[in-house]
Formats: sequence, C-alpha cells, structure tokens
Amino acid sequence: MSRLKILALLPLAAALSGCDCVVLAPAGDIAAQQRDLVIISTVLMLLIVVPVMALTVLFAWRYRQSNTDARYEPEWDHSTALELVIWSAPLLIIVCLGALTWMGTHLLDPYRTLGRIHADRAVDQSKAPLEVDVVALDWKWLFIYPDYGIATVNELAAPVDRPITFRITASSVMNSFYIPALAGQIYAMPGMETKLHAVVNHAGSYKGFSANYSGAGFSGMRFNFQGLDDKGFDAWVASAKSAGGSLGRAEYLQLEKPSENEPVRRWGTVDADLYRLILNMCVETGKMCQSEMMAIDAKGGNGHEGLNNTLPLAYDKYARRGTALGPEPSFVAGTCTPDAPQGKTTASITAPVDMAPLLGAGLKRPSFTPLKSSSFLLGLRPKSDS
Amino acid sequence: MSPDLLKLIFGRLTIESLPLHEPIVVGTFAVVATGGLVMLAGLTYLRLWGYLWREWFTTVDHKRIGIMYMILGIVMLLRGFADALMMRLQQALAFGGSEGYLNAHHYDQVFTAHGVIMIFFVAMPLVTGLMNYVVPLQIGARDVSFPFLNNFSFWMTVGGAVLVMASLFIGEFARTGWLAYPPLSNIGYSPDVGVDYYIWGLQVAGVGTTLSGINLICTIVKLRCPGMTMMKMPVFTWTSLCTNVLIVASFPVLTVVLALLTLDRYVGTNFFTNDFGGSPMMYVNLIWIWGHPEVYILVLPAFGIFSEVTSTFSGKRLFGYTSMVYATVVITILSYLVWLHHFFTMGSGASVNSFFGITTMIISIPTGAKMFNWLFTMYRGRIRYELPMMWTIAFMLTFVIGGMTGVLLAVPPADFVLHNSLFLIAHFHNVIIGGVVFGAFAGINYWFPKAFGFKLDPFWGKMSFWFWVTGFYLAFMPLYVLGLMGVTRRLRVFDDPSLQIWFIIAGIGAFLVFLGILSMLVQFAVSFLKREQLKDVTGDPWDARTLEWATSSPPPDYNFAFTPVVHDNDAWWDMKRRGYQRPLTGFKPIHMPSSTGTGIILAGLATAMGFGLIWYMWWLAALSFAGLLVVGIGHTFNYHRDFDIPAEDVIRAEDARTKLLAGAK
Repeated sequence: MSRLKILALLPLAAALSGCDCVVLAPAGDIAAQQRDLVIISTVLMLLIVVPVMALTVLFAWRYRQSNTDARYEPEWDHSTALELVIWSAPLLIIVCLGALTWMGTHLLDPYRTLGRIHADRAVDQSKAPLEVDVVALDWKWLFIYPDYGIATVNELAAPVDRPITFRITASSVMNSFYIPALAGQIYAMPGMETKLHAVVNHAGSYKGFSANYSGAGFSGMRFNFQGLDDKGFDAWVASAKSAGGSLGRAEYLQLEKPSENEPVRRWGTVDADLYRLILNMCVETGKMCQSEMMAIDAKGGNGHEGLNNTLPLAYDKYARRGTALGPEPSFVAGTCTPDAPQGKTTASITAPVDMAPLLGAGLKRPSFTPLKSSSFLLGLRPKSDS
Repeated sequence: MSPDLLKLIFGRLTIESLPLHEPIVVGTFAVVATGGLVMLAGLTYLRLWGYLWREWFTTVDHKRIGIMYMILGIVMLLRGFADALMMRLQQALAFGGSEGYLNAHHYDQVFTAHGVIMIFFVAMPLVTGLMNYVVPLQIGARDVSFPFLNNFSFWMTVGGAVLVMASLFIGEFARTGWLAYPPLSNIGYSPDVGVDYYIWGLQVAGVGTTLSGINLICTIVKLRCPGMTMMKMPVFTWTSLCTNVLIVASFPVLTVVLALLTLDRYVGTNFFTNDFGGSPMMYVNLIWIWGHPEVYILVLPAFGIFSEVTSTFSGKRLFGYTSMVYATVVITILSYLVWLHHFFTMGSGASVNSFFGITTMIISIPTGAKMFNWLFTMYRGRIRYELPMMWTIAFMLTFVIGGMTGVLLAVPPADFVLHNSLFLIAHFHNVIIGGVVFGAFAGINYWFPKAFGFKLDPFWGKMSFWFWVTGFYLAFMPLYVLGLMGVTRRLRVFDDPSLQIWFIIAGIGAFLVFLGILSMLVQFAVSFLKREQLKDVTGDPWDARTLEWATSSPPPDYNFAFTPVVHDNDAWWDMKRRGYQRPLTGFKPIHMPSSTGTGIILAGLATAMGFGLIWYMWWLAALSFAGLLVVGIGHTFNYHRDFDIPAEDVIRAEDARTKLLAGAK
C-alpha cells in the first residue's frame, strides 16, 4: 500500500521536470533567489522527511501481525537516547532552516533596494532605477511611469537588467501584485503603499496578475509584463507617448469604475500628481487628502467640528455606504460664528421690524436671524446628495 | 400592502432575493426539498417525532450528542463536497475563452461556502463529536460537567449550519473568500446579505463551540476517575484538553472581530474601512489570531486519535507518552505565535516576517517528535491492519508531505512566490484532509463499535479508504504543480490552455474522493444491515487499552456502573492484565441529569434572531432576542434537572451484559 504511494510520487517528479513551472524557472534575479530558497529548504527538509517515510513503510511492513519473526516488545515504551534523537534531529534541521530564513528574509525584503542585478553583476549606481507606480483598480491594473509621464492599463514593460522600483497601492479593495517570473508578490491596499524592488534579466513576455481575490472581475485582472532591451523599451515608451490622450483626475475617476477584462490602454501624458492623490484617496474634488488629515491630526485635530467633518473623508464613491442604522455622512460647510454663518457677512441681514414688546426682563432684541439649529449645529447634509 | 409595510415585515427580503433565475440552485432546491419532504413524511408515518424529540433532540447524554455532532458533520460534508465538485468542474471547463458553467456571482459564493462549511460545519463537528463521545468514557465519567450546556452547544452549531444552508435558497452567501477580508466584505463592496449570513452563521455556531470548549475543559479537569492523574490521561484526552483550551482562548477573538465587522456593516463604524482611520490590516491580523489556532484545534484531536489507534493496533504501549504530552502542550502554546505567516506579503518588515517564519518552523519540531513517537510505537509491535490503522498509515505518509510544504511556506521569501497560489491550496488540503479528515475517519471506524455495538463493514471501508487516498493524491498533487506554474487561487476562468490537463486530473481525483464518500455511506448502510454478523458483545472488539473499552457497547446511559479506579496510563490494558473482575453485585441508584428541550428552543430563537438581523427584519430580531432572555431566565426556574436511575434498572442492564459476555466466551 505505502509503496504504491511512493510510486505515485514518481510521475509527479517527472511531471515537475516537464512542466512550464515559472516559479522554478523565473526570468528575474529576485524570483530566482526566491526559487533557490524554495529548493534549498525542500532539500533540507527531505533530509528528514524521506527517512521518516521510509521508516513508516519499513515498520508498517516489518511489524505486520503475520510476520511472527519480528520482535514483539509490548511493554517497550521509552528510550532516552531515542527521545534525544527524535527531538534533536528536527531541531537541527530547523536551526539550519531558521538561519537561512533570517538571512533570506532580510536579503529578499521587497522594500530593500537591489544590490545586484544578477548573481555575478552588481547594480550600476550611475543608472537610476525605473520607477513604476502601480494601482490595483476594480478589476484592472494601472501603471504610471512618473519619469516618462506615461500611463498604461494592463500592460507593463521594463528594460532588461535595470532595477525597477514599484510603489503599489489600490483604489478600493485588497489585491496582490504578482509577476511570478519577476519577483514574489506583495499586497496592494487602498490608502496604503507597499513597495517592491526587482529586476528582469531575460527579455520576453511574462504574465502578471492579482493573487488576492478581489471580487467579481478578479479572474480577468491579468496583464502582460514585457522585459525589453533598452532600445525596445525606448520604442515602447515612444509608442505610448504617441498614443496621445491624457490621464488626469477626471479620466481616472472614469477609469476606476468597476469593469472586467479590460483591454490594454495607454496615455501619452499623465497628471504628475495623480498617484499621490490616489494614494491619499483624494482624486475626487472635495475630498480631503489623508496626508492633510494626518497633518491636521498631528496638530491636535479639528476639535468638535472634526466630528462632523466626515463627508470629505468618506471614500467609497461608487458604492455609497448604506448601513442600516448608521448616520448619513455630514460635513462642516464652513467654520462659522453666529455673526458670520457659513462664511457670509451679516452686514446685509437686517433685523426684522417687530413692535411687539419683549417680555424678558431688560433683554435686548437679537440683532440677527438664527439659522435652523440642525444645519447650524450639525451641518447636516440633505439625503439626496451624494 | 404598502411597500413600507412590506419593508417593515420582510426587511430586505423580496421575491427577487430568491435565486429563481439560477437553474442550478433551483434544481438543487427541488432535490433538497423533495428529499426533505420524503424524510419528514417518513418520520411522521413511522411516528418517530416523539422518539426523536425525547431520546435525541432533548437529550443531555454526551454520547448521543456526540453522535448527533457526527451526523451533522457528515451531512454538511455532502454539501461542502458538492461545492468542491462544482469548483473542480468549473476549473476543468473554463479554458480557451469558455466561461465554464458558473458565473462569477455563483462561483464566488461556491468557493466561499466550501471553505466556511468544511471548516466550521464539517471538521469542527466531526472533531467535537468524537471528543464529546469519547472523552467522558476515557476518563471514567458519567457525562460532561454541564450536560445541558452540551445540548445547547450542539444546537447552536446546528443553528449556524441552518443559517449557512438557508443562504443557498434565500438570498445569497458571501462572495468574499472564507475569511471575508475587508474592505471587500464591508458594506461598501458587499452590500448584499451574503456577508451577513456569514457573520451570523458563524456567530451563532461560535457560541456553541466556545461553550462546548468550556464544558470539555471542565470535564477533563474535574471529572477524571480516581487514580487518573494528569500524566495518566489517555493521549486523546490530553489532545482534547489542549484543543479546548485553544477554543476557549481563540474563539472569543473571532467573535469580537466579527462583531466589529458587524458594527461596520450595520451602524457605520469604521474599524475596517479604508477611510476614517479604519484598518483592514487589523482585521486580517485579528482573524488569523483566531484562524491559526483553529487549525491546531482541528488537528490536535486527530493526533490524539492516531496515538490511540497506533498503540492499540500495534498491541503496544505508546512510545514516549511524556514527550507526546509535552509536544502537544508546546504546539498549543506555539500556535499563538505564528499567525502572521498567513500574510507575509502584507508588507511587514523583514525582522517581523522572519520572527513569525521561524516560530512556525519551530512548531514542526514537536510535530516531528510526535511522528517519530508513532513510528516507534509501531517498532517492535504486532500491527493489525484494521481500517483505523490503515487510515493512520495513510495519514503518516500524507501528513509529512503536507508538513514539509507547510514549513516551506513558512520561509517568507518562498511564501512571496507561493502565497495564495494553488500550491498553498494543495498544502492546506494536504494537512487538513491528510490529518483531520483521515483522523476523523480513523476515529469513526475505531469507535463506531463502541457507539453501536457492531463493527463497520471492512470491505466498503476499504473501498472508501482507497478511493479517498488515491482521490486525494490525484486531486491535490496537480495543484502543487499548478502552484509552481504560478497559478493563483479562486480563479474562475483561465487563458492558458496548457494548464487544463492538470485541472482535469484534479477533477478526476475529486470524483474519486466523491466515490470514497459514497462508499462510506454504503459502508454505514451495509454495516447496519449486517449488524448481527458484525456484532461485538465484549465491548472491546480491538483488544484496546483505554477505559472506554471497559464498558459495554453501546455503553449504558450511566457509562460505568461503578466509577473505575486507574493505576496506569493504559488503564483498561492494565485492568485486563491484572485479571480485572467485573463487579456483579452491590449496584446502587445512579444520579443522572434530565433531558431538557431548552437547548433546542434557545438555539432556534438565536437562529431566528440571526435571520432577522440578516434581512433587517428588526421585529423578528427583537422578538427572538426577547424570547431568548425569557426562555433563558425561565430555564433557571426549572428544578427538574436530575433523576436517579433506580438500582433495579442498573441491575437489569448489568445482568444483561453479564449474560452477553458469558455467551461470548
């Protein structure tokens, strides 16, 4: 029985050598180092796994009931020497693997800039890395090249052997930015930025996709990643430039609406501030950028008015939150005093002429018209608006 | 009626909420409804309602509750596995421009439901059921510490399952993946009832799980028979104790994190939203602080089962009992220090990632020690290859592969390339099927004769075994390969046609597993028909070692006429060796807890409250909540909680056994 199972593993090994396993044969140095770690760790563990499996089969066979030649010691249940071995053997493997993990994790930290392009070539410090801003949208990828002023959807290209610095965020839900041939994945999260440093060593066309389920159009969130030589890359940039079109805030707001299986799109110019606005969730006019809110908070916050200042910070645009019991978002129309409601001057407001006697003891008649208390105190917003 | 009134009564529920436009769901509903009606009619015709209510639904007997947990687990396995088959079929079809046969709306529910059901309503009930049945018997107790609570816990678990099942036909289930990460699961991106079904299904069931955990801890700590010190407890009882400690310490975290998500969804708080300082990353952390211990909650009892089985069928004391116990305790503690390995890719620094990677690897040391302990229990034994032992050998060979890929995934840079891939899917099915499911099946085959007085049919058991084992390898080895080919999880359609062959192999494997499940059902039916042939009157059909085999099969309501006294780890083995004589006289009345319908009523009200909250039927939620309070407080005035089994009944039962035993000799 057990032997059959080992036999069953053989075709698997054969299959592995035949399959198009991009994880085991990547095109980028980072992914290659990660692949090496996968293989080294597996071999390290096989050192103990193979003997365990072999012993299982051996003991299962040898000590079967019908084999009365085998020794039978029903009371034997302890051996200090054996206990030492069975605790220390896995421990030794884990010590090695742990050391490997500590080093590997630090060396391959996605936030760490590259020290080498390939196993035998250091980074050329005179060349700046290629910067790419990545935005995971519902359900497509937006790539902005700040140095070239171009942007693409579902298409990424980079020159071979030039380090790439990705800054990654998302528009609405979590995704994971993953090009198996290039480097390991990292999550793309709204309002937050993750980073990835990588380099591609071989020209070619590779697959990229989202590796974290993000809703209905998730399966179609694929893009092509092209590793090009320097000339090819320049040509690619030029063709994007010549595609014309401009990606500004208005176009982005259209683009970020949910759509599935988007074709490749290119823009020749792009709003230089767009990525910062996306990251701070304030592309839409009237929204306060997170960075501004943080700056306000750092100085002690908005005080009581801050409590009501929710609309400029409510982010879920195309899916207005509709909680069953919660309040509608509200905003502060202006920081005002009774003399200057909503920032208007009171000069034009004239006191009504009323000859009726005042009944208060010696109180003066008020010299202004109070606003309705609800809008004055709470700044409530009409429900129809969104 | 006016729309306002309709809305007041039915909340969000409208005729459009029923999935009448989904032919697959309508077909399923027709089959389930017909089957259900036939069953109800049959029960009515056979006048079984009264019997079921008196003897099963309201019982506080841990043995019957244990059996009901197992039935729940197996019924839900059919649903969860139907989901698995649907996914395998979709992924085998959807190539080369084909959309397959499931749209995203349906497919995304299917994989979410599959995960939720398999973990919460298959694996948990199977494990809890075995613990419920076996632990009191193994420690020589007459029941658990809180028998009523046990009944209530079971029905709360059922309530959660009912809500999840209801989502199939009324509304929809979550389309978020089984852990419902925000912001996707928040109201902005999942405005429908799916996530609410998820939340309330798990909250209702979670109450049951937590209470059951408290109950079993108390039972193990307080109700052990004289002589059974902690270090003389059977290993299954030890692993149960550790599992229940994990349950009590980790399920409240799940409850709280789901409650916070509920607040976000219902009243507009911002715990896990993108804006207003909410942090979805906090949810991911919190849910895995529960989620990682959860996998040990499932696998530790399975380890216990394998320990009992290996020792029994090798005819040998368990090798290294003490190190086995310490290994279990170490795993229990370490399981809290590793949760971050589920999201190395969320952008933590290298030091944080390596810390959690290395703690994860450290868990493999006690686990490896356990593996060696089983090995050396077999060493110089006399191994009888009955079904439980076959499952154990299959486990040992399968689990080491899963363990190895698990440690591999604990290396953060390796995880960066394998995270969320089908490699990960293959890994956790490798450990959950190879560990928990094989363990549950070993346990079912091992303890079935104890519960019913006859063994399970070996032929169909072996059919089931071979279908399951080969099916498992065919279904999941291709997923390892696909993971290395860079294929990620939860995809509905594929563009690369070279992948298709692997999905077809996996689909064939899933179909074999399906045959394995069918064989198991046939095994139950055949065994029932052949129960006279398979009968065991000794109460100890396997020549086993622990106390549950000292009493009759099935055990009497009171388990043991006299509380046993224990002098050795393998208490029953020791008693047999020293020529134990069953007492034949001197029986006394036995004090036992009374049945009560309160548990099922409370759980029904809780389920109704959940349903009301899901659909915004506020009146229903409020009424059910009030009902919960009234019934709960009312029950405190129920003074008919116990009774004495008269000495004559005990004498009659024990005399019958004496005759049976005499006949067997």
